[in-house]
Amino acid sequence: MENLNLVLPEIFISLSIMFLLVLGVFKKNSSKITFNLSLFAILITAIITINETFSVSRETLFNESVVIDSMSSLMKIITLIGGFLVLVISSSYLKTFKIYNIEYPILILSSILGMMVMISSNDLIVFYMGLELQSLALYVLATYNRDQLKSSEAGLKYFVLSALSSGLLLYGCSLVYGFSGSTNFDVISNQLNSNEYVLTFGIVFILVGLAFKISAVPFHMWAPDVYEGSPTTVTLFFTMVPKIAALTVFIRFLYVPFLNLIDQWQMIIIFLSIASMVFGAVAAIGQTNIKRLIAYSSIGHIGYTLAGLATASNEGIQSSIIYISIYVVMNLALFSCLLMLRRKDQYYEDIEDLSGLSKNHPLLSLCLLVILFSLAGIPPLAGFFAKFYVFKAVLEQSMFFLAIVGLLSTVVAAFYYLRIIKIIYFDKEKDKYDTDHSLWLKFSLTVSTILILLYFIFPSQLIEVVSRINII
Amino acid sequence: MNFPILSSLILLPTVGALFLFFTKDKEGNNSTAKYVALFTTIVNFLISIYLWISFDQSTSNFQFVEDRTWIEGFINYKVGVDGISILFIILTTFITPLCIISVNNSVKNRLRDFLIAILIMESFMIGVFCALDLVVFYLFFEAGLIPMFLIIGIWGGPKRVYSAFKFFLYTLLGSVLMLVAIISIYWISGTTDVIQLYELGVDAKYQNLLWLAFFSSFAVKTPMWPVHTWLPDAHVEAPTAGSVLLAAILLKMAGYGFIRFSLGLFPVASEVFTPLIYTLSVIAIIFTSLIALMQEDMKKLIAYSSVAHMGFVTLGIFTLQQQGIEGSIIQMISHGLVSAALFLCVGVVYDRMHSRMINSYGGIVTIIPKYSILFMLFTLAALGLPGTSGFIGEFLILMGAFKDNFLVAVIASLGVILGAAYMLWLYKRVVFGKLVNEDLKKMFDLNRSEYLILFCLAVPTLFFGFYPDPLINTIEVSVTDLINMHNTNIASK
Repeated sequence: MENLNLVLPEIFISLSIMFLLVLGVFKKNSSKITFNLSLFAILITAIITINETFSVSRETLFNESVVIDSMSSLMKIITLIGGFLVLVISSSYLKTFKIYNIEYPILILSSILGMMVMISSNDLIVFYMGLELQSLALYVLATYNRDQLKSSEAGLKYFVLSALSSGLLLYGCSLVYGFSGSTNFDVISNQLNSNEYVLTFGIVFILVGLAFKISAVPFHMWAPDVYEGSPTTVTLFFTMVPKIAALTVFIRFLYVPFLNLIDQWQMIIIFLSIASMVFGAVAAIGQTNIKRLIAYSSIGHIGYTLAGLATASNEGIQSSIIYISIYVVMNLALFSCLLMLRRKDQYYEDIEDLSGLSKNHPLLSLCLLVILFSLAGIPPLAGFFAKFYVFKAVLEQSMFFLAIVGLLSTVVAAFYYLRIIKIIYFDKEKDKYDTDHSLWLKFSLTVSTILILLYFIFPSQLIEVVSRINII
Repeated sequence: MNFPILSSLILLPTVGALFLFFTKDKEGNNSTAKYVALFTTIVNFLISIYLWISFDQSTSNFQFVEDRTWIEGFINYKVGVDGISILFIILTTFITPLCIISVNNSVKNRLRDFLIAILIMESFMIGVFCALDLVVFYLFFEAGLIPMFLIIGIWGGPKRVYSAFKFFLYTLLGSVLMLVAIISIYWISGTTDVIQLYELGVDAKYQNLLWLAFFSSFAVKTPMWPVHTWLPDAHVEAPTAGSVLLAAILLKMAGYGFIRFSLGLFPVASEVFTPLIYTLSVIAIIFTSLIALMQEDMKKLIAYSSVAHMGFVTLGIFTLQQQGIEGSIIQMISHGLVSAALFLCVGVVYDRMHSRMINSYGGIVTIIPKYSILFMLFTLAALGLPGTSGFIGEFLILMGAFKDNFLVAVIASLGVILGAAYMLWLYKRVVFGKLVNEDLKKMFDLNRSEYLILFCLAVPTLFFGFYPDPLINTIEVSVTDLINMHNTNIASK
């Protein structure tokens, strides 16, 4: 008999989704209660995850198609916390646009379920199932503000391109299956060796599909449009949660089934990493819309995360996970600020709208200052340490070129972050924004800013948690 | 020796800044905020004086060392001082209160925020001079960019945005290579602890590259020719207090870095690259002195003179002679006092006339005589007149240079003459001559706070000019040991 306790989080979240769906359909005006119950469900799931799986070092279930190890439980917890925070700060935004409906929390829950399946997958089919579950929920979320042209366009674009990448991914999976005769990651790992020429195609297809999901250059084209068009809270979700799941799968693919083929994929990852870092830095300079700018900046940040993965060492993987965790916090803080730019039921998204913010809203500007310098990677803020760990891992493998290109692109990237700071602090002020924000929004901004600001006092804790992850 | 005196020096200004943060920001003359900031920095100065008194001058070991685990198994938070760094700490704590007194006239809006930025800046600057771990050093070194960027950008002149960006990006670009080098040192030697690295030494085959990476950062910060172009822009646009901090302390970080890290960690590479430093220093001395001659903006002229003076400093450091290095340190201290005073002098007339152009002044000696006398003193100190601290530094540097390389020393000596030329010419055009501009007659002489600041700066300038022993005694043992260590390292390689 399998130890079902290990998949209790997934079981619980599936049951909650079904229950909420039934509740939402049969009870009139149930948006509020659905929202609250789904928050509650995520919280319980997170607690179960911590209780049941956090101490497990490695267990497999269902014919070894699902794996529970320290990486999967940590990433699930980050995913759940991310999902919780997104949901909790969404409500006032959704109410403004009159799209405060039951579907929103349920879709978020389903995509989280999909991601949890992805994170735990140890089998091509389970992985693909999870991927599709989360993607389908995300397509709908992107078009959630359906009365707005841009939102519909974003959803359609995302759907078409994402379906294409899923197709490529599936094709890659079938090639890999053809060569190894199994869909199980561990079996594949033992079967594959680098002599097979066509196998490289399989790996490339899979990597392309995954690179699309995390929007690494050159598979990033969808990101700016989708980020701009989607409702802001959904964009926040896009930039945080699916990235965590996709990154986990990326790590799993590279270091379990393809571990023996490092020579084949290492160059690809290095290329993706360098291209993303450089492109993310350069392309963001000309942007005028904050959401588009965040899209490009997130492309750049994914580049740094990939740099850690390219090292083929445990330190590298750990540094990538640290990077993405810190990035999630910074992103949450940035979007909380963005959601505060509201004046008479209208949200502002252009960089110019931040002009002179420091005169009317000194505290908000101070938070933005901290967040932006942290995103730029200036010490002593958290963003610096994220980059520091990655480059430490990269340099330990003597990959000087990667490190130097990465660090130089931080200088370029610093330019556009500075530009926003300049607009906030040096330019003429505009009208005041509303200040009656929800308590949760203020809470998430305060906590994340303090985390960023004071991370340097206790840097060891995060490393300690992450250092339990030893994939290789 | 249990009380963490250095950490409290670093933390105290930040605590003051936090306190200010929770006070109410009043419009106009916010005297509460100013008194809080002034009190904090003066206490900090007194602590640093206590540090100097209880400092043991007979040893080159690091003193007041604090060592705490920071990142498990990787970096320790380690601070300590030796004879070289203690002087820079005192310079920092001495200059900062003067900056705060000087904001009276120059900063009109958001005084509280300005004071917070200055206080945080002070924390970072002291941190740079105390740090005994490369990563900790880098952290403080880079973090200083944030407050300085804001000081230039928010309270600066008309072209402030351009200057702030240029300052930030130039410095960041130089520094990221240093970060690569620091991580590489960890990877090569297994530690980033400076004391341990002094004992272990860094593998000679990597030294050249590492030296260049550190050089890229320090050269920008010094600034050396040809990467000095950010400095005039930053100085011209920054508010007076910002210029003072920049000239008096920020530039010294690089000189200090050269002595502590480039010489201390990479002795072999330092020998290899001495010709490069000599060339760049000599070019800086001659070339920027010539540029300074042509300037019409007073602040720009002083900024270029800073580049030339720092050229002497780098020259002195890499002579690798006792006199050269001691001269460089004294020159840095002296330049810290004198350039701060000169920028304040420019600030004084700028606050009254709102012009920094030399040709809008002339003949002010009859209108504001007290000012003219003090300005004269600092002009003479800047050109290295015997009896001022500027003389001791330049003289020792040139002595060291003559021992090491005759040609370089001769050319550098020419720079002294050029220095005298542009400073005296500046003084002549501003203070003497015919009174053409009628508006100048409305100028009033130094007020109490200005008088106090300039007087405070004049005393050590003259005192150390006549009696440099306190400075030399403090640094002597450390410098001797540095050179001995260098020579044994070279001999063993």
